[in-house]
Amino acid sequence: MTLRTRMACLLAVVSLLVGAPGVFAIDTGKPFDDPVLQARYESIIAEVRCLVCQNESIKDSNAFLASDLRREIRRMLEEGRTDGEIYDFLVDRYGEFVLYRPRASGKTLFLWIAPGLLLFGGAAQLARVVRRRMALPIGDDS
Amino acid sequence: MGRFLLPVVAVVALVIVLMIGLNREPSKIPSPFIDKPAPEFDLPSLSNPDARVGSASFAGQMVLVNIWATWCVGCREEHAFLNELRRQGAIPIYGINWRDNRESALRWLNELGNPYVASGFDADARVGIDWGAYGAPETFLISADGIVLHKHMGPLNPHIWQNDFMPMIALEGATK
Repeated sequence: MTLRTRMACLLAVVSLLVGAPGVFAIDTGKPFDDPVLQARYESIIAEVRCLVCQNESIKDSNAFLASDLRREIRRMLEEGRTDGEIYDFLVDRYGEFVLYRPRASGKTLFLWIAPGLLLFGGAAQLARVVRRRMALPIGDDS
Repeated sequence: MGRFLLPVVAVVALVIVLMIGLNREPSKIPSPFIDKPAPEFDLPSLSNPDARVGSASFAGQMVLVNIWATWCVGCREEHAFLNELRRQGAIPIYGINWRDNRESALRWLNELGNPYVASGFDADARVGIDWGAYGAPETFLISADGIVLHKHMGPLNPHIWQNDFMPMIALEGATK
């Protein structure tokens, strides 16, 4: 390959990489005229799990359920509903699992306190081991 | 010996938790509607766009509400069993024809038989969302008071009917 063809290939690859996200954007809806609404819309759809393809948000999924939910969220934003009302709408119908960040409530309390409990338990265990080792005579590795 | 007890218990507990996790089906999400009033709906009838099918159609009766579509493979799988339930007169079945095309849906019922008292035509999936639908077929057992007693995801079959639905129907009948 000549240097020129190499450069041409490289250019082609780079332009594909740069251009691809725009071409393959999932959400083909018209953006909101109001940038504030558009920002709220984008942040909400990134927080909502697509239940058909559970490791994708409805922002990234092109499953029909995701596009239906995007349409409903868009409609509710246009109606002037708050983010909280929109999340309530989704949780009422699909359960807490639909949110990537479940809200703190009786049912999800354990999810929220578990990391703290684990950290605290680990720290306590570490402190116990360190204290026991410190009590040993120096040079005794047993 | 005593110093090994705690780690062993902890590992066994962790293994049990992980085993339970492995055997769960994450695609089956518990419905938030169980023991709550079924969502109200009112749709144009599939067979007659001028008529309505909705909650009012079956108020005061215990019914099945089945979310179906012609593009749904599981719906075809369960269809013969739904026909069988209708033939036995087991329970009235109402359909929500979800994200479908009217002609294909009517052709489907013509060819495969119609197990439904009536089906509502939910082309834009608004009612599907209200019912928390995410993968047809979904079947809800609704009490005469309009409460969701049970929800089944996936095709119905005699085994599931016998084990999951019949006891609840019997229980509900007994308390009346």
